[in-house]
Amino acid sequence: MKISNSISKLSGVTQAAVVMATELNRRVLSEAGFKDAAIDLATTNDMIVAIEAKDGESIASALEETEKLLGSGEIQAGEKAQPATLEEALEIAPDANLVVISVPGKFAKREAMQALNRGLNVFLFSSNVSQEEEVELKALSKKKELLLMGPDCGTSIINHKVLGFGNSIREGNIGLVSASGTGLQEVTTLIHKAGLGISHAIGTGGGDLSEKVGGVTMIQGLQLLEQDVQTKVIVLISKPPGEATTKKVLEVARRSKKLIVINFLGEDNTHLVTGKLRAAAILDEAAQIACKLAGGKTEVATAAIPKETVSLALSEHKKLASGQKYIRGLFAGGTLCFESQIILQSVFGEVFSNAPVRHENIIAGNAASKKHTCIDMGAEEFVEGRAHPMIDFGLRKMRILQEAKDPETAVILIDVELGYGSNDDPAGQLVSVIEKAKAIAKDAGRNLPIVASVVGTEGDFQGLANQEQALSRAGVIIMPSNALATKVSAIIASGKKGSNPLQEF
Amino acid sequence: MPIEKKTEKKNILTEKLKVVNIGISTFADDLRSQNVEVVHVDWKPPAGGDLEMLKLLEKLGL
Repeated sequence: MKISNSISKLSGVTQAAVVMATELNRRVLSEAGFKDAAIDLATTNDMIVAIEAKDGESIASALEETEKLLGSGEIQAGEKAQPATLEEALEIAPDANLVVISVPGKFAKREAMQALNRGLNVFLFSSNVSQEEEVELKALSKKKELLLMGPDCGTSIINHKVLGFGNSIREGNIGLVSASGTGLQEVTTLIHKAGLGISHAIGTGGGDLSEKVGGVTMIQGLQLLEQDVQTKVIVLISKPPGEATTKKVLEVARRSKKLIVINFLGEDNTHLVTGKLRAAAILDEAAQIACKLAGGKTEVATAAIPKETVSLALSEHKKLASGQKYIRGLFAGGTLCFESQIILQSVFGEVFSNAPVRHENIIAGNAASKKHTCIDMGAEEFVEGRAHPMIDFGLRKMRILQEAKDPETAVILIDVELGYGSNDDPAGQLVSVIEKAKAIAKDAGRNLPIVASVVGTEGDFQGLANQEQALSRAGVIIMPSNALATKVSAIIASGKKGSNPLQEF
Repeated sequence: MPIEKKTEKKNILTEKLKVVNIGISTFADDLRSQNVEVVHVDWKPPAGGDLEMLKLLEKLGL
């Protein structure tokens, strides 16, 4: 992906892609105008270099640069060879305490088992690890009292060091355990934006709270934070776990001497509020409650939509054509997609998605949007042989233009993630397509509002203010959280302010 | 058979991180930029990626 970006920026190059020849990538290339028999014949064992440029000279120099970049990973003569196995690495670093694993899923269990057997904690980024393998790995981690974050764990912050994807967050007294990567990023950045900070944020991987796995990592994480002197408040984040797992996690939580915020998204968690437990329905609320308990101001930045933004949203509504009725949410963050659905369901009832909160509202990710639609562009169907949409904006850009052409689209809602692992310049990726989308709508006699939230902080290398300003200059309405961006989108689409707790502002 | 590291059981939250990175090298680069000591493994699929052979190796504890 980084190579595609570098080549695209070369002078004379109009578009370029250096990708694995998966079916999805071949289709995308064909839609982008790259049609060739060699592409049709390529298999997943092949890599496709596709370059469109204004002349032959530009293509030749782009090809030369591609070869240089593709070869840059090779060890040059005279360079010290790297260890080839964990065993060899431990000869160099016998006191290592954590192994970060991101090998293809079918090899991940083997590497993780070896690490655990050597007494090492594991951050397992690899996906496509079977549930049976996860159960086996977690039984071992539990027995050895080692932390196994993952599989499919996108982010953790341990001792203020980011593992995988994640943001630069102030040190503080709020600890988190999260089964959701973007959920963890959203809540930690909101805590930072509210002027507070975190002790540790432990990712568990998305499958940890399934009934078969039983929340092993969440319970371990909770117990570790319980012992941690820096942690005063603990936040637990997950999509709704199974009944037995919920019971197990809550039993441990109830024994805690610390204040705990439970955010099992989409569940009515109010019955959980006992003793030191608090419940939050959405990520934004979890951050607010945690900040309040940790001694911050009651009124954090994301608690309300400023009056002038409400006025702006209402005036945007008035500019909509009569057919423009629906919100189209295009998300890189799966949990943000989930959070938006929860909010929009409370306003509009039905919301369609490829990762729906209610199963009856499922639509295929590549199908046209239906009424209010939220698409998780990080879902498996979009990432086969491609980088995650936090890095590769290609498919999301195409979808933004598709929604702009739809006369029923009232507002496009997007999320942008900064920090380690994300694209170097997300706003730079989006600005031209946003301008194009607005122009498409304008040519058809429509106004097209676009609302976004940026998950990030000033400490992130992309810079929060830079990114927000660049998007704002392109005419995007920027909100400080995904929940508020969703609520503003709801006002634009409906022309009404909300009336129930999820819509409060 | 791998020999288990005979060290006192420690808690990852209270220790300074020292990492072995197996797989995507940018994770090692990101950790180094945060002043974390990292050893990166130049990983290749074991048994040339042959899963049957891999299962045999696992049976032998290799």
